[in-house]
Amino acid sequence: MTLPDGVERRSFEGSDRLATQGEPVYGEPTDGEWRAWNPHRSKLGGMLELDMDTGLVGGETVLYLGAASGTTVSHVADFAGPTYAVEFAARPMRDLLNTAEPRDRLFPLLADARSPEEYAHVVEPVDVVVQDVATRGQAAVATTNARFLRDDGRLLLAIKARSEDVTRDPEDVFSDVLDDLRGAYEILETERLAPYHDDHLGVVARPRS
Amino acid sequence: MTDGTHAGDGWFAGLDPSDREAAIERLSAGESEDPADWPAMAIETGYATDEDDYYDRLHDLTLSAARREVRERERADDRQLVHAVRAMDDARRTANELAERVAEWAGSRFDDAGSGVEYARELAAEGPPEPDRSGSDDGISDPGTDRLVALATRTAELADEADELERFVETAAHDVAPNLAAMAGPVLAARLISLAGGLGDLAKQPSSTVQVLGAEDALFAHLSGNAPSPKHGVIYTHEYVRGTRQADRGSAARAVAGKLTIAARVDHYSGERRPELDAELDERVRTIRARGDDQ
Repeated sequence: MTLPDGVERRSFEGSDRLATQGEPVYGEPTDGEWRAWNPHRSKLGGMLELDMDTGLVGGETVLYLGAASGTTVSHVADFAGPTYAVEFAARPMRDLLNTAEPRDRLFPLLADARSPEEYAHVVEPVDVVVQDVATRGQAAVATTNARFLRDDGRLLLAIKARSEDVTRDPEDVFSDVLDDLRGAYEILETERLAPYHDDHLGVVARPRS
Repeated sequence: MTDGTHAGDGWFAGLDPSDREAAIERLSAGESEDPADWPAMAIETGYATDEDDYYDRLHDLTLSAARREVRERERADDRQLVHAVRAMDDARRTANELAERVAEWAGSRFDDAGSGVEYARELAAEGPPEPDRSGSDDGISDPGTDRLVALATRTAELADEADELERFVETAAHDVAPNLAAMAGPVLAARLISLAGGLGDLAKQPSSTVQVLGAEDALFAHLSGNAPSPKHGVIYTHEYVRGTRQADRGSAARAVAGKLTIAARVDHYSGERRPELDAELDERVRTIRARGDDQ
């Protein structure tokens, strides 16, 4: 599988790792301008590491839901084009602001991903929606945000089983979430994100026209 | 997404490109049902000259808007501070009342009964003195003594909780209102915020009101014509007020209230720590106190 332009495998301290070019954010190892992208701390990093067909080529417009303190979104902004980062909690947004400051095409938005009207007046139609929200109703979030995806766009989703229901078998949770997703999306690929993330399912989907 | 048939306007619609404040406000509070090709529309309507200009503006403005919103949200913690300082006062007052009860009861049973929370702590830790004056002949255990010691234990625990709450108030006050906490001390800062109803409310008070917060009874007595105007409310506990001689205390209270009001406004509207504010108050009070020294 090819990596998007701007993401490379490079050697850090003797091991090959994913890397992007940009200002370091969370104390990650660096090599000149390149900084390692830790798949253990990033669902999208895990998806790339597992060779999922994300369709990312580099330079695309991205809506990132659940940006948290900006670990993953900083790498996305390094290789993508305009990147809109939605995060609801004030505390992590503080860190995200530091990440966004040196990245001039990264736009932080303090808003609830469950209410797209709160940011649809800012976010343009995008090529990619990346979703990593640890709340119940992850399928509903993806569905209501389908309005932002261009017809040929991609949803890159990490489903966290424990956010839906800690007591159920993750496989059952995943299958329910995928069923709910099918109302708005066509599922292209799914893969468990182990060993990087326990009880997470990586999903690549495209909007139904 | 063509030709403006979208449910809602972009954040820049109708704005003067030079009006940053309005743009930040719109980014935070605006809404639209659907997205649209906002960059193209902004260029079309003349808000931005080209795509780079649009994104540069958007980057600058979203950072400012998010920063401001984060600050506003974190400021909501002043509610927590208000609850904590009120709980602290309730716990302390109740502990004192219970300690009085313990002392009164113990006085009826033991010769060397003390008073206050300290005595309740002692009784809780050491148990009743031997021999128990009230003790019946058939043993040291007496149901009345057991209850009294248990009450003393609860009293001591409640006093401990008041201390814990005070420690929490001290940390929280520095987070919520760094300048006010530095200048007034964290507990007085929390009391002022509590009396005003919140940091935002305190920031909107004139300094003359801040000066008499907590002295409402005296103020209303004065307003109905029966009493002199109060010189100070809770700010009396500030050492610059309490530690200034009687004749100058009104001036000191006015100076302290004035600077605390400014500190509250800086905390509310900017959130940045400004140590020079403390220095200004120190200087002012030094001047006031020096007046008397010359005479």
